[in-house]
Amino acid sequence: MPGSVKIVVRPESSASYVRAITKGLGITLKHLLEPNKATQQYPDEKWDLSPRLRGTHRMATHEDGRAKCVGCGLCPTVCPVNCIKLIPAEDENGERYAAVYEIDEFRCIFCGFCQEVCPVEAIHLGVHYENAEYSRERWIYDLERLTELDHPFTALWDPFDPASE
Amino acid sequence: MDPMTGTAFVIATTLKILVFFVLLLVFVALSTYFERKVAGFIQDRSGPNRVGPLGLLQVMADGLKFILKEEVEPGGANKKFFFLAPVLGLVPATVLFAVMPFASPAPTRWGLMEMIVADVPVGFLYVLAIASLGVYGIVMAGWASNSKYSFLGGLRGSAQMVSYEVALGMSLVPVLMLVGNVQMPEIVSAQQNFATGPAAYGAWFFLPLMLTAFVFLVAGLAETGRVPFDLAEAEGELVGGFHTEYSSMKFGMFFLGEYAHLITTAALITVFFLGGWDIPFWQGDNIRVLADGTVIGEPTWWKTLLTFGSFAVKTLILVLFFMWLRWTIPRFRYDQLMDLGWKVFIPIMMVYIMILGLAMYLLDEAGIPVGWQYSGALIVLNLIMMVTLIWGLDRGMIVKGATSRTRRRAGGIRGRMTPTAPSEVD
Repeated sequence: MPGSVKIVVRPESSASYVRAITKGLGITLKHLLEPNKATQQYPDEKWDLSPRLRGTHRMATHEDGRAKCVGCGLCPTVCPVNCIKLIPAEDENGERYAAVYEIDEFRCIFCGFCQEVCPVEAIHLGVHYENAEYSRERWIYDLERLTELDHPFTALWDPFDPASE
Repeated sequence: MDPMTGTAFVIATTLKILVFFVLLLVFVALSTYFERKVAGFIQDRSGPNRVGPLGLLQVMADGLKFILKEEVEPGGANKKFFFLAPVLGLVPATVLFAVMPFASPAPTRWGLMEMIVADVPVGFLYVLAIASLGVYGIVMAGWASNSKYSFLGGLRGSAQMVSYEVALGMSLVPVLMLVGNVQMPEIVSAQQNFATGPAAYGAWFFLPLMLTAFVFLVAGLAETGRVPFDLAEAEGELVGGFHTEYSSMKFGMFFLGEYAHLITTAALITVFFLGGWDIPFWQGDNIRVLADGTVIGEPTWWKTLLTFGSFAVKTLILVLFFMWLRWTIPRFRYDQLMDLGWKVFIPIMMVYIMILGLAMYLLDEAGIPVGWQYSGALIVLNLIMMVTLIWGLDRGMIVKGATSRTRRRAGGIRGRMTPTAPSEVD
């Protein structure tokens, strides 16, 4: 069955060039003189970010500056794009730690599964998005860099408080 | 005081050329900045504001970018004409400024200096001749690029320029009829108030020649090739039209040419219809040099500066008006453009010239001297014609909007239409 054609009917008064042009000029003049521009002066003036924004990763640390990670291997397992590289090790007290912990932020899709799955709340996503670099190598964040970052952690969604109230 | 002669004249002319050429280029550069500011403001953005104070150095940044960009030359392009086209796009617009009277004459130790680079006896005929040269840049660019988009752009550009050239020339005939002279300074003087000397109407010509001014404004806008008349460029349909294949500074020259054209057109409208450098409601600036060298009025330096300011302000306001139009009105359809040129403006101007001739004859017969009464009568006549024209335009009697086609298809029921059900077709 052929589809029916919708015919837009405009009254002749609205098709007048004279009226259309005058009206248009009025509208543009109004915007020309509008003092509140929509532009945000980005580097000077930044967005208010949601506390749940999933951005650049951060590693939580103990008071003495050690990373909280215990090298359980859950985050590389759950990571859907395999961007986490973890080689666990054990110290003289029998405590496990991450000997190598690298996140390829270039590959990461910021799903936040690593943060959700972490049993010791070590790896977090952060409220931070300005991570431009001059080389690709710089996008692979090692443990040292992850612990040094200081932006706020991403707040996880709470099923008992879905609207974050 | 006598006009300048000999060496002083040569030196003064050279100085005037240098100063006005530099001024024109500065204004061209600034108008690209203004365009982007106006565009931004109209779209609720803030426009360029990063480079330098208020973004004023954006002009420099743009120029640097143009120079540093890679120059691409399409294979199969006609090298000679491909290089020549951008030059021909820019030069006519700048050369037009040679006959523009900028300010009232200035007294110097060596005689009276007229503030016009070349007061050629052919006056605005020179303007028409040079203005039509501008199309060669577009045609050449379209032809030499060896690209179908450029070619179509060039074709459109030439057809459009030729059509509107006629309307442009005809809209200057009424000015010629009133002034009786083609020299640009005379046209300016004729719009001022003089008790003695040749005809002076005491009113800027946009009042006694309202309809002409309107036609000249639209045709001049079409000559600049800007939106809504940018059919030659038409980036939505023809990639970039005639300058599709151009890059780096060669494109930059087309770009500058467009703005030079814009300023030139605005300056022409100022001279022909807005009293040139005349300052309104002030008789102190009424200075004119007659053909035999007599000077009416008292030329002084500060008057020259003031009148130059008046000229610049009028031109800038017109430039801003054109920018405002550009960011408001969408591009014309090609057939509408041609209709407007051939079927509207040319007949209107023909009829207008006849009516004006008759009116002038009757006014002369009635013994009304050239002056404010004469102008007043012409203003009333023009108001009537202008209102009729606008009324006709509004009712779709002259050019029609897009509804007429749908109405015809549905059998012409005004305002209501019952779409045919699919089963009823065939």
